[in-house]
Amino acid sequence: MTQPELVQSLYQTMHLVRRFEEKLVELYPSDKIKSPIHLSIGQEAVAAAVCAPLNQDDIISNTYRCHATHIAKGGNLNAMMAELYGKATGCAGGKAGSMHLVEIESGILGASAVVGTTIPVAAGYALALKNEAKKTGEQRVVTAMFGDGSTEEGCFAETINFAVLHKLPILFVCENNEMAIHNPIERRQAISIQERVKPYGMPMGHVTSGDVFEMHDEVTRLTESVRAGNGPAFIEIETHRWLEHVGPNNDDDAPYRNPADLKKWKENDQVARLAEMLGTEKTAEINAHVEELVAESVTFAEQSAFPTKEELYTHVYA
Amino acid sequence: MSMLSNQRLLRTVDALAEACSQEMARDDSVFLFGLDVDDHKAIQGSTAGLLEKFGPDRIFGTPLSEDAMTGVAVGAAMAGMRPIHVHIRMDFVLLAMNQLINMGAKAHYMYNGQIQVPMVVRCTIGRSWGQGAQHSQALHSMLMHVPGLKVVAPTNAYDAKGLMIAAIRDNNPVIIMEHRLLCNAEAYVPEDLYEVEIGKARIMSQGDDITILGVSHMAIESMRAAKFLKEEGISAEVIDPVSLRPLDMETIGNSVQKTGKLLVVDNGWLNCGLSAEVLASIAEQGLTGPDGQPVQVARMGFADTTCPTVRCLEDHFYPNGRTIAAKAYQMVKAQPTATWLPPEGVQPEIQEFKGPF
Ligand SMILES: Cc1ncc(C[n+]2csc(CCOP(=O)(O)OP(=O)(O)O)c2C)c(N)n1
Repeated sequence: MTQPELVQSLYQTMHLVRRFEEKLVELYPSDKIKSPIHLSIGQEAVAAAVCAPLNQDDIISNTYRCHATHIAKGGNLNAMMAELYGKATGCAGGKAGSMHLVEIESGILGASAVVGTTIPVAAGYALALKNEAKKTGEQRVVTAMFGDGSTEEGCFAETINFAVLHKLPILFVCENNEMAIHNPIERRQAISIQERVKPYGMPMGHVTSGDVFEMHDEVTRLTESVRAGNGPAFIEIETHRWLEHVGPNNDDDAPYRNPADLKKWKENDQVARLAEMLGTEKTAEINAHVEELVAESVTFAEQSAFPTKEELYTHVYA
Repeated sequence: MSMLSNQRLLRTVDALAEACSQEMARDDSVFLFGLDVDDHKAIQGSTAGLLEKFGPDRIFGTPLSEDAMTGVAVGAAMAGMRPIHVHIRMDFVLLAMNQLINMGAKAHYMYNGQIQVPMVVRCTIGRSWGQGAQHSQALHSMLMHVPGLKVVAPTNAYDAKGLMIAAIRDNNPVIIMEHRLLCNAEAYVPEDLYEVEIGKARIMSQGDDITILGVSHMAIESMRAAKFLKEEGISAEVIDPVSLRPLDMETIGNSVQKTGKLLVVDNGWLNCGLSAEVLASIAEQGLTGPDGQPVQVARMGFADTTCPTVRCLEDHFYPNGRTIAAKAYQMVKAQPTATWLPPEGVQPEIQEFKGPF
């Protein structure tokens, strides 16, 4: 990919995530989306950068804050919006809602509302992919997304130990927005995430700048290392959540917020930055396309039917 | 419910906060901790004011580490403190099961009484607005299985305060299971400190034709059912078990001997659950109704499936006042296929709940 192509592709992904979620903010008061929504507005660069080096058959494992990576990994937008509406055409037939988006054919392994729970599951998938590569010669990789809060759960420490021990093809991505609901990181963690992970000896990255290109380069470097069979890698990407933890509102005035931080991150908005780099004409072209995609997803969701009562009992057992 | 004076209308969450505050003032070994207990939302308001009053040594948020934090509660309790550990969803108690069951529940017995574990675990069952598979589970039956644990499920502000106080003073691990839809329900609550006895059921409404035992939010739905049934000339006795382990089988047994019929409506799955326990106990005791015949029994609860997110499926997941009334009607009329269903009723706590949590 040339540099201009990269700019365009990262912009398109970030802008699509932003506009999709802004549409949710707009729709939410209608009560059509009866589901908790954990938005990534302000954090789009992470998803765009993390998914850029992944192939369709690579795997991403998500948290409940999963809209951004679902879109960036190539999840079907119509099925995603329909899922948020609880429609039968949704990516999980209306059973999942916003917190458990899934699309196996796009390599999206699903998402859990229980913090940290997907980290070992992602490692298990990586174990299988390591095995698979012995037969196929092709190493698919797993990208495990999680927040800074997840790293406090025991299963995080247990999983990285196991992954290093077994040289699993997994990239751990800690999306550090420095908050767990309203609880700032310094009140939860005795030492930094970097210091805790370093002794395991994995290739590591730490992007503090908010710069989507730096994120992209670091993630690409580490994903390649994982794909080459060097075992797991770890990256921490600092970012900032602009809206409330869950729901469509901003909570700028809430006591846990530091207005200076929010201001700093908003001034560092990568969507606006890349729009400027692309120029008005190119941006307008992409934006028009994005508006169409988002509008189409809403129409699709609105016109789809709700699941029938029988669906209550399907898929309890395989 | 009570003869105590100075009653005010309080929300359940305010009653819980008051109970904790008064107990913390009375006994400085009591402390409260858990994720988000000290933020501005204060667990729906149920921990509001505690930080200002008691400071961060006695009320504090924790890292996201439920298993270890439960162990910390167990250890502090062993040393004579009285921790209250709060989970905003009962689903997260699953991460704490090892410490709770292998340590908390067993220490007193295993160490032959040398150690006590006077701790309280508060947790909320979620429902509606797409809580879905992992934010709606009611796991009381799993916990009731284990000797050494006590489990209570208040359905109103009066019981919430009295049980909270009783749980804090109890020398065993007590799990208080709250229901998200009942957080804001109001009831008259005395200002004074009082205990609601753990192990005592409450008869919510008297009746002769059938006993309906409703657990947690299903106690509310069972009261709705009783109202529907009354219009059909059926008098239902509704019992709120209040305490699930120990379970007041005496009150339930006395009632079914009067009515001859028992419908258990659990706020949980049926398989190996509270409902099975109650019916087994009725059968083991060989209880009979006023006609000398064995008690006729039935049970309802969560559909035997995972809780879906979308509302139209979720509506079929839970029993409600209408479906409970319809079942009771069939039993009382001895018409197992009767299709009578009451008209659509109001369920404000469900209809008005807009989440997200
Ligand atoms: C095991 C568990 N404990 C607590 C919660 C409640 N909870 C939901 S999100 C959250 C914060 C998680 O923070 P982080 O991992 O940093 O992710 P972010 O929400 O910032 O994306 C908490 C505590 C939960 N869902 N699961």
